[in-house]
Amino acid sequence: MDLDLQELCEYITDALSNDVQDSGVRLGELEITVKRASIVNVLTFLRDDANCQFKQLMDVCGVDYPDRELRFCIVYNLLSLVHNRRIRIKIWTDDEEPVDTVVSVFKTANWFEREVWDLFGVYFSGHPDLRRMLNDYGFEGHPLRKDFPLTGYVEVRYDDEQKRVVYEPVKLTQDFRTFDFLSPWEGAPRILPGDEKAEDTGEEAS
Amino acid sequence: MAQSEIKNYNVNFGPQHPAAHGVLRMVLEMDGEVIDRADPHIGLLHRGTEKLIEHKTYVQSVPYFDRLDYVAPQNQEHAFVLATEKLLGIEIPPRAKYIRVLYAEIGRILNHILNITSYAIDVGAMTPMLWGFEEREVLMEFCERACGARMHMNYFRPGGVASDLPAGLTEDIKAWADNYVNFIDDLETLLTENRIFKQRTVDIGVISAEQCFEWGFSGPNIRASGVPWDLRKSQPYDAYAEIDFDIPVGVNGDCYERYLVRVMEMRESLKIIHQCVDNMPGGPCKVDDNKVSPPHRENMKTSMESLIHHFKLFTEGFHVPVGETYTAVEAPKGEFAVYLIADGTNKPYRCKIRAPGFAHLQAMDFLSKGHMLADVCANIGSIDIVFGEIDR
Repeated sequence: MDLDLQELCEYITDALSNDVQDSGVRLGELEITVKRASIVNVLTFLRDDANCQFKQLMDVCGVDYPDRELRFCIVYNLLSLVHNRRIRIKIWTDDEEPVDTVVSVFKTANWFEREVWDLFGVYFSGHPDLRRMLNDYGFEGHPLRKDFPLTGYVEVRYDDEQKRVVYEPVKLTQDFRTFDFLSPWEGAPRILPGDEKAEDTGEEAS
Repeated sequence: MAQSEIKNYNVNFGPQHPAAHGVLRMVLEMDGEVIDRADPHIGLLHRGTEKLIEHKTYVQSVPYFDRLDYVAPQNQEHAFVLATEKLLGIEIPPRAKYIRVLYAEIGRILNHILNITSYAIDVGAMTPMLWGFEEREVLMEFCERACGARMHMNYFRPGGVASDLPAGLTEDIKAWADNYVNFIDDLETLLTENRIFKQRTVDIGVISAEQCFEWGFSGPNIRASGVPWDLRKSQPYDAYAEIDFDIPVGVNGDCYERYLVRVMEMRESLKIIHQCVDNMPGGPCKVDDNKVSPPHRENMKTSMESLIHHFKLFTEGFHVPVGETYTAVEAPKGEFAVYLIADGTNKPYRCKIRAPGFAHLQAMDFLSKGHMLADVCANIGSIDIVFGEIDR
């Protein structure tokens, strides 16, 4: 099946040469990164082209990479029942640039895009009904961003005097515990205290 | 003659309505007793599972999957462990594959019993619920004997299953499966030709194959519309490639056929369970690699190496190489998938959970438009939604 995927990958890259930025078969899964502006074109092509026929949009998902210039990656997972294949389309954006909605191509994108808006704060322009999906009606912030704390900012409780649910800042009865089990000799690079100074002087010297 | 303006009536369906299957709040715009627009509001059971998983190691993440679709927890675990194994690049022993398939099918029956019977209660039949829960109890006992927990099993692990099946369990499962056919027959005598049940379900909530594609349907719901699509057949995982079973398919795609497909699927699941028990291979039930699966408890007492591995696995966990995968399984409700991104550390960088119910519930507006208020209950029951997985 991998050879097929490779051929399909080349076919799509040729047909959409203006839109595709990066493509490849990784771990047996076809993955294509396209320009943000051409997402509607690309998905329409993938849905209607006879060799693709990706008629089902299974999932739209956001990923946050705060270190990158374009921090959000929007991932579209498509499925072709005719060819029994999957494809993954990626676009990159930041918290300013809106992404074109694909509701006109796949109706099911409606809720998935609402969810990405809710959890990541990526704006979908042209979306018919961009409300929050999973969070509370008046919620502030976008919880799946990496800079959003796990415990959140507010907590709710029922106030017996006011006879309603009230929001209050989070009070942790126990310190938030996060253990760094990564061993120092493998995994994340360890910066010894004082090391950063050595690098600074090195740069200045050069 | 003075004309009076008739305003559409808004009805708040749920979140405490017994037919809302949990915490669904649906705002219904009514024209008389006919639905103009259905707007489901979800998120009342949102627990931030995806965020929590980003802060847990891979093994610690597995129990969260039990709590998504709490009606059939095994199938959710299955998707996550398959995704992790794909990123790790490990192949699990055949016995583990068969045990997993066995429990995935038990999960499917657990789910279908609950769905069919609670669906029956939604449209006015009480007895199936009472009968069905007896069977569910028996199945949960099988889960308890395998891992100690009735519902939230936490039994599937990256690299196999947590522990081997105790002696005699497979024989008991087989004996149960032989009898269970009778239960399905009894259930069908109550519902399949029941006049009231058919009046409430036939030609209600019809969806065509083409519309199923648009709305991202999967599982029994798409099969009821005549699409023979089952991931167990088309993209087989674990032992499904070696097992012989059929895919029941409907024609019209209405509520009644969605029910029929589920009943037939239970019969097919029984076939799979029989084959799993009969062909269960011997050997280990997890990979022989202590970097991924913990060493045997006994060895820990005597072997220093095992002790170190055990300690490392349950504090730090294993590291998963950089990569990403979209791995889907055929959960009882449809395509349940995990989009897992690993960054080389011991915790997932991102774990998106694709719940079938999310896409199905989205089509509620489409399914209910033009139907009566009472049909909303029939539609909700027939698309099989559980809020644990939709709200995540």
